[in-house]
Amino acid sequence: MTDEKVVGDAKTPVGRRLFLGIVALGAAGVALGAQAQKALGNKLGSGLASLLPGGDHFRIYTITGGYPNIPTSTYRLEVSGLVDTPLNLSFSDLTALPATEMVKGFQCVTGWRVDGVSWKGVPLTHLLNMAGVKSSAVAVSFDSYDHADSESLLIEQAHLPDIMVAYEMYGKTVTREHGGPVRLVVPQMYGYKSLKWLSAIRVVDRVEPGFWEQNGYPTNGWLDGSTGATNPSPNLS
Amino acid sequence: MTTTATPSVVRLLRFDGVQRVVHWINAVLFGVLIFTAIPLYFGSFFGILFARHQIQEIHLWSGLLLPLPFIASLVGPWGARMRRDVHRFTYWTRGELRWLLSLGREKTNLDKFNPGQKANALFIGAAIIVMWATGYILQWFRFFPVSWREGATVTHDFFAFAIVVIVVGHIVMALAHPDAMGSMFKGTVSREWARRHAREWADEEGSTQ
Repeated sequence: MTDEKVVGDAKTPVGRRLFLGIVALGAAGVALGAQAQKALGNKLGSGLASLLPGGDHFRIYTITGGYPNIPTSTYRLEVSGLVDTPLNLSFSDLTALPATEMVKGFQCVTGWRVDGVSWKGVPLTHLLNMAGVKSSAVAVSFDSYDHADSESLLIEQAHLPDIMVAYEMYGKTVTREHGGPVRLVVPQMYGYKSLKWLSAIRVVDRVEPGFWEQNGYPTNGWLDGSTGATNPSPNLS
Repeated sequence: MTTTATPSVVRLLRFDGVQRVVHWINAVLFGVLIFTAIPLYFGSFFGILFARHQIQEIHLWSGLLLPLPFIASLVGPWGARMRRDVHRFTYWTRGELRWLLSLGREKTNLDKFNPGQKANALFIGAAIIVMWATGYILQWFRFFPVSWREGATVTHDFFAFAIVVIVVGHIVMALAHPDAMGSMFKGTVSREWARRHAREWADEEGSTQ
C-alpha cells in the first residue's frame, strides 16, 4: 500500500527548496556581487582575483556591430574648433611627439575591471597646448572614426595630466577591437569615457553630451577617488 | 528446433519523445552557449576577435531561446510525462536526502531518478533562470542600476563556470552508464536495469502494465 510507504518515509519538497535556493543565490549575486567582488579583490589582490570568474578580462562592446579597420598609414587625427592653430596629424606625426607611459586600471560601468593596463601615447593636454585653446573654450568633444560614438570632457578635465591619446596598449599598437590605432584613455572615469577609434578632437563652447550620455550615463563618469587627481568639475552632471 | 534460453526482454519507457527532443535541443543550445562563451570571455587573451559580433548574437539568441523548449514541453497534453518527472524532482524522501548527503553510500529505495540525477536537473533548471535573467541584464544593461549590472556580470560568470563543471560531470556519468544514456536515444531501459537502479519506479511501472 502506498499510504504506508508515505507514512514510513514522508516526502518533503526538498527539490523545490534546492531549486529556489539556487535561484535565490543568483538573485543575491546580482544584488551583492559588486561588493563581494570588491571585497574579494581587495583581500586577494589583483593577481589571484584575475583567476576568478568576473575578474580581469576586457569585454568588448560595440555600438555599431563591427569595428572600423583603420590602417596606421591612412590614420588622421584632427584637432579643431576653438583653437589658434588647428592640427591634422598622421599616425607617425603623433608617435613623433613626446610620449608618456602609464599603467592604470580600466573600470567598466557594467562592472568588470582590468588592473594594470599599460598605455603609451601623447597627453591630451599637450595636444591642446600645441593647438592653443582659446579662452572662450568650455569643453572638448571627441569623435570616433565611424562617427557612431562621441564623448565630451570639460576643458579643465581635459587638461588633467594622465588623460591620454594612446597609440600603444601592452607595448603594442592598440588593436582594432581595443579602439586602435588611436584611442582616448581617461583613467579617472568609467571606460565609456575612453573613446575608441579616435578621429577628431574639437574644442567647443558647451558640453555636447556623447553617445552614452544621451543614453542616460553621466557626462561626469568619474570614478570616486579610485584613480588620480580629484575631479576638477564635481558639479557637472 | 532449439528453445531460446533468453526470455524476451521487457523494456520500460523512461523518456518519451517529447522529453528526448527537449533534452537534445537543450544539449545543442548548451553546447553552442558554452562554445560561443569561450571567445566572448577570453577574447582579449586571444587578441584576435574573429566575427565577435556574430558570435555575440548567436550566444544571445541561443540563451534567449533556451527556456522555451522545456516550457513548451510542460504545457500541453503532450507534457504529461514531463510534468510527472518534474513532480519527482520536487518531492524527496528523507532516505533520498541521506543518499545524496552520503554520496550514495547510504542505501534507500530509489525512485525513477536517483538523488544525484534529481539534483543535476534542479541545478540546471535553476541555473537557466539565473543565466537568462543575468544575461538579460548584461544585454539590456541601460535599464538597470550600475550595481545590478556589476552583480549580474559576476553572477553570470560564476554560474557559467558551475554549469560547465555540472555539464561535464553529466556527460562523464552518462558515458559511464551506457544503459541510462541509451534511454535518452531510444527512450527505454530494460526492466532488469530499472529493478537495479530505480526499484520504486520499476515496481510502479510493473503494477500499471
